[in-house]
Amino acid sequence: MASLQEYLFISGLLFAIGLAGVLIRRNIIVIFMCLELMLSAANLTLVAFSRFNTGENGLPDYNGQVLVFFIITVAAAEVAVGLAIIVALYRARQTVDVKDLTSMRG
Amino acid sequence: MPVFFYAFAAISIVGAIALVCFRNPVSSAISMVGSFVGLAALFIGLNAYFVGIIQILVYAGAIMVLFLFIIMLLDLKAPSTFKRSSPMVIVGGLIIPFTFVIQLSAVLPEVRGGNPQALPLEEAAKGFYDKDRDPDKQSEIYNSLRQKSLPDVNLVGLTLFGHKGDNASIRTPGYNFPLQITGVLLLVATVGVVALSLKKKKSKSGGSES
Repeated sequence: MASLQEYLFISGLLFAIGLAGVLIRRNIIVIFMCLELMLSAANLTLVAFSRFNTGENGLPDYNGQVLVFFIITVAAAEVAVGLAIIVALYRARQTVDVKDLTSMRG
Repeated sequence: MPVFFYAFAAISIVGAIALVCFRNPVSSAISMVGSFVGLAALFIGLNAYFVGIIQILVYAGAIMVLFLFIIMLLDLKAPSTFKRSSPMVIVGGLIIPFTFVIQLSAVLPEVRGGNPQALPLEEAAKGFYDKDRDPDKQSEIYNSLRQKSLPDVNLVGLTLFGHKGDNASIRTPGYNFPLQITGVLLLVATVGVVALSLKKKKSKSGGSES
């Protein structure tokens, strides 16, 4: 079994790749997928800390895994709402390119 | 040497890089499934079986099917719609995450308590022994721990819903109220999705909305 540092490094690497995707890509759906990747990377951090921070009885700290459960639930709701917004945006503007969506001067 | 850890970590990293690099959104979505499956395998390697299965069911199953459905619905798979970002954006988008990784690798050696230890399952079973019950009618958690298997789902459920009495040696504040709030959140999200996807029928000239 690998050490905590290795798990945290993999998690940080996944987070960085997701961040790069959010900054580089122009397709709003791919940007959204990269956001999901960043959320999952944070989940890996939580599970790794839960496994290595064992309690008095020697079992993992299950509060961290319950937090991951809540994060996954919220992420599912977020994806549903976000994709509905993207579909509404596409209906209004006929594009998913963020460079063409500048009416808020972003 | 943890072979499986490196294999699945490589799968998830390669999948993530492919997600960013592919031009076709469908290919991106498929490579994201690969990345999430690798991540779920990492969860299972961390003895978090419940979270790993949930990761596969929710992310690699439901969410990715939703993404693929939307990509197909909007018909984005033609490569001619791909436009490359400007070089400045690409350079900036690579420098910032790279700086983040460098900072992370500078901080990580300071992390303490990173040595992996096998879980003491049989010793942990003592904390779940209930004196008020017959020795052969103990809880599922106790029996599983005695047989050296980790009752991951039961322990997550115990942490989630709390417990009565002092016989269970697990520390939890009980998450009943956050669970209810999550239910309300899902309901609100459902209503919001329906409200967002309704077509406006009142538009007089038709216009761009239809």
